[in-house]
Amino acid sequence: MPLVNGGKITDDRFVKLAVDTPVPAGGDILVPAERFLGEAEGLLKRAGKVGVIWPNNRDIAELVPHLGQIAAVALVFPTFRDGRAYSQARLLRERYNYRGELRATGQVLRDQFVFMLRAGFDAFEVKKQADAEAFMQTAKRYSVFYQPTGDGRITALHRRMQLRHSEGVGT
Amino acid sequence: MYAYDEIDRTLVNERVSEFRDQVKRRLSGELTEDEFKILRLQNGVYLQLHAYMFRVAIPYGTLATNQMRALAHVARKYDRGYGHFTTRQNIQFNWIKLAELPDALEDLAKVGIHAMQTSGNNMRNVTSDQWAGVAPGEIEDPRIWSELIRQHTTLHPEFSFLPRKFKIAITASDHDRAAIKIHDIGLRLIKNEKGETGFEVLVGGGLGRTPFIAKTIKHFVHGRDILSYIEAILRVYNQYGRRDNIYKARIKILVHELGIEKFSREVEDEWQHIRNSSLQIDEEVIEDIRSRFTYPAYEKLPHMPDELRQAAADPDFEAWRKNSVAPHKVQGYSIVTISLKPTGGPPGDATAEQMDALADLADKYSFGEIRVGHEQNLALPHVAKRDLPALWKALDKLGLATPNVNLITDIIACPGLDYCSLANARSIPIAQELTRRFANHELANLIGRLHINISGCINACGHHHVGHIGILGVEKNGEEVYQITIGGRADENAALGTLIGPGVKFDEVADVVEDIVEAYLALRERPEELFMDTVKRLGVEPFKERVYATR
Repeated sequence: MPLVNGGKITDDRFVKLAVDTPVPAGGDILVPAERFLGEAEGLLKRAGKVGVIWPNNRDIAELVPHLGQIAAVALVFPTFRDGRAYSQARLLRERYNYRGELRATGQVLRDQFVFMLRAGFDAFEVKKQADAEAFMQTAKRYSVFYQPTGDGRITALHRRMQLRHSEGVGT
Repeated sequence: MYAYDEIDRTLVNERVSEFRDQVKRRLSGELTEDEFKILRLQNGVYLQLHAYMFRVAIPYGTLATNQMRALAHVARKYDRGYGHFTTRQNIQFNWIKLAELPDALEDLAKVGIHAMQTSGNNMRNVTSDQWAGVAPGEIEDPRIWSELIRQHTTLHPEFSFLPRKFKIAITASDHDRAAIKIHDIGLRLIKNEKGETGFEVLVGGGLGRTPFIAKTIKHFVHGRDILSYIEAILRVYNQYGRRDNIYKARIKILVHELGIEKFSREVEDEWQHIRNSSLQIDEEVIEDIRSRFTYPAYEKLPHMPDELRQAAADPDFEAWRKNSVAPHKVQGYSIVTISLKPTGGPPGDATAEQMDALADLADKYSFGEIRVGHEQNLALPHVAKRDLPALWKALDKLGLATPNVNLITDIIACPGLDYCSLANARSIPIAQELTRRFANHELANLIGRLHINISGCINACGHHHVGHIGILGVEKNGEEVYQITIGGRADENAALGTLIGPGVKFDEVADVVEDIVEAYLALRERPEELFMDTVKRLGVEPFKERVYATR
């Protein structure tokens, strides 16, 4: 499954650990939430970065005390019709000021890229190679956004206000 | 009328090109039907019994005449020459071809019409009072706020994959024509003691398998906070709404399971985090949206013009005027409802020719504006009273002057088993038979206001729970069986109907309705006591006795 990070297809530096896989001595690891919360201290002492795979039915606030110590949060879309992780992503970025990697996993198709970018995701485990290759093109599909989110894109309402004011100055 | 600016146009065009790409990927097999299903639903495309069905949004029920002509064009070019107006200010085309859909969308986009989020588990078309902006006594035009919310809910990055569909309706009148109490969020525009505009917010209404009347979650939310408050409701719902069972996924079930107090506390907590954010709306933003609504330059006209006085001698004109013409906030003008319920016809259907002709009439008599109401009728919102006789003659020629608005044959019905893959029973033929039974205008007039709503399955698209008489078709041992309720209503006193007894067969439905009506005529205290009031006074028992005495 290709990983898109920073807009490009890249190698995944993280190795995903299952609930019971032995922890490798070095290297970056992605750990399921339950295991991370249980073994946080030991895991964080290792050389190598730690990321957490957070399920979409668990309160993201539980992760907040650890946000300063982890390098990645992977949120889950069990199917692309299940949109709970969009709320978790916005809370992480906009309420808890999380600045590390925010990864979308599960059924990730190109048709969600714009929504995901707007919600604060910056890394994507894309299900289909063709979708991953089309990332940059798809991400630019929209130039108009009606809602303010933490991604900083200017909203339609604000653009209108700017236009009104610049017209006001010009006439 | 709201005029799109370049920003709105760009978004709709970008959406069309995205959908074109999605259809292309489906046709090439790159997308599976399962994947495509969610994407097409977000653009109003269903797979029905015989073909794809295409649902187009008419936000808050306002149409310009060029938009109506574009709908006629789509009916003619891509469909079979007609369209079906729904209970949520949408129009449906039943015979569209998948490969042609992007072209149809592009044709509609040219006049500022789209089909975004007319189905799927997202925020649906924002609906409002079809008399918005013209009804006497209205607080202010609710379409300004409807448009603000339409924009905010369009392609929302957080709430496009909700547990289930989500519908918002807005009214600004005491008499609720938008049925806000059967919506996921109902907004009633009000003023506080300081004269500031805000909303009473209701939540958790809905019909379907488990109907609920919406409850008030907050008595006053200031206009500047309305987007953050809606966002807070949606964020709670998106995270905690049930996703394990499609029949328990609507917000009404979450509100019911948590209780309105706990639910409102959750929303309040969330709201406190986000209310002082960029979601807060400046007066200037509202002004900007308001400035893109245009209002007619009304003339100063007499209350009772000669033309109207003379036409009053014609009993046919008077019959139509009495139920189709309503008072306008400006003297000398009227709101004219156009019945899409001809005797023997499917409720809510209009042909391409009727749509075109109506657009011409709206240009001539209604400042180029047409409205669509949830009762599946249309309206011309600004007709000078002196033009009423001429308009009536023209409508009559088009088959659009059936004098039955708000009478027993003004029936709401879903498409039912004739089109719909979810249906268990036919709806349209029941409606057609009832319009024939009660075709006599004197009889219908004698009965007075009476709404019959018909659904062909438990999903309740025909709003049977809130019909004064509700008819629900179900399937029992391979046969269509109809359950009859009475006493429902969808207005400011919204209530769910009560079942009168065991279901009856297809052939018996019209007889049962006749029995109920005869019982009412015999039981009412005086001619002015409406069916609803008699049911309220006496309960269902006497009606039940009458219906089942001989069955």
